[in-house]
Amino acid sequence: MRFVDEYRDADTARALAARITALCEPGRSYKFMEVCGGHTHTIYKHGIEDYLPEAVTLVHGPGCPVCVIPMGRVDDAIHIAAQPDVIMTSFGDMMRVPGGKGSFLDAKARGADIRMVYSPLDALKIAKQNPSKRVVFMAIGFETTAPSTAMTVLRAKADGVDNFSVFCNHVTIIPAIKAILDSPDLRLDAFIGPGHVSTVIGCRPYRFIARDYGKPIVVAGFEPLDVLQSVHQILTQLAQRRCEVENQYARVVPWDGNPKALAAINEVMELRPHFEWRGLGFISQSALRVSAKYARYDAERIFQIPGGRVADPTSCQCGEVLKGVLKPWECKVFGTACTPETPIGTCMVSSEGACAAYYNFGRFSRERVKEATRQ
Amino acid sequence: MCLGIPGEIVEILNDRPDLAMVAVSGVRRAINIGLLEDETVAPGDWILIHVGFALSKIDETEAKAALDFLESIGQAYDDEIAALRESMIEQG
Ligand code: SF4
Repeated sequence: MRFVDEYRDADTARALAARITALCEPGRSYKFMEVCGGHTHTIYKHGIEDYLPEAVTLVHGPGCPVCVIPMGRVDDAIHIAAQPDVIMTSFGDMMRVPGGKGSFLDAKARGADIRMVYSPLDALKIAKQNPSKRVVFMAIGFETTAPSTAMTVLRAKADGVDNFSVFCNHVTIIPAIKAILDSPDLRLDAFIGPGHVSTVIGCRPYRFIARDYGKPIVVAGFEPLDVLQSVHQILTQLAQRRCEVENQYARVVPWDGNPKALAAINEVMELRPHFEWRGLGFISQSALRVSAKYARYDAERIFQIPGGRVADPTSCQCGEVLKGVLKPWECKVFGTACTPETPIGTCMVSSEGACAAYYNFGRFSRERVKEATRQ
Repeated sequence: MCLGIPGEIVEILNDRPDLAMVAVSGVRRAINIGLLEDETVAPGDWILIHVGFALSKIDETEAKAALDFLESIGQAYDDEIAALRESMIEQG
């Protein structure tokens, strides 16, 4: 019980855990999906699964934006980076994501100018400092980072910077949740909703989950107690035969989100008809591209990109992990051929990926794992 | 990248109303505050930052709790702060 020992609010946690156990109906088992990689990280780091009754299983969802970038898009970005006078920029998380022809780090070793930035505004600064270069920002992330990309494009326009463009790979959370709800592989009882994405989109967009699918969703914060609290709220709803959208993280997430951030996204970007998610395949209206009005900042219009589709390695089971059908340790290459140093799949690359989180923190619960895999 | 990190506003930049100087775990950097809806910010206020942009205002207790939590997660937070240290979001 390392979670209890380490956590400063151990008494509250113990009390919550007891109430959670009491809420479980005898003979019933529950599967809740945490959509966000940040929650996955908390759950493994603090051993929360060990702390829940056997009847409750937490399933990890597709909410790690690095994990869902398909190989073909990495190859496209590397292709752009290889064009004359291009400086490619992206977040550090992107550097080791494997494409069909290697990662950004491999391309860098072959001589491409690829730089890690903290913010798209840093990429814009690089563009200003290098007027003879074409600076491309590989944009990734859900609605938490999309407003930043949009604001940077607006800034580029205001400052008259025309050697800056965005290779847009922003994805949206709602269609991914819907795809999972529609997937026949998995039966879920409820969702733990993403905290930070919701600061932007608010809680309203989740209402279809309760209304059309009859499942509760509780938007949750990232501390261990937040996660336990949200499990408790879900079980309370289920016990009372309710299904609603609840906001456990109201101290940070406004019910209506951040209208200014949404307006920035809508001004600069539009939905793509469809987009490929690694492991999940094509999901319609699930990603953003730069809209025609801002065409001069759209790397997809400036550069000829191959746009090829690359099948994931056959040994890789990230798709099943992202859908919550497999636990990380059930993938055949987990921890052997696939490690954070030599990732085969993306879930091992980002610290929010389920495989990396489990690899880094999950070892203490090996006993539980053996049990789970035997069942 | 997905981590929202709390920072304390230390200075509003008069010539650039969309930027503020913010202290994050001992690092002072310019952060874009243009997305804060109808909210005025002043030195001493806490914000939650994603990739160089403040997405929401939070209270000090929440900020401290979030910081405690982030410090407990180790590597991912260290990487984020290291990246922030390299950041050069421009002022003026
Ligand atoms: S162990 Fe590696 S290949 Fe298997 S699912 Fe995880 S990231 Fe993908």
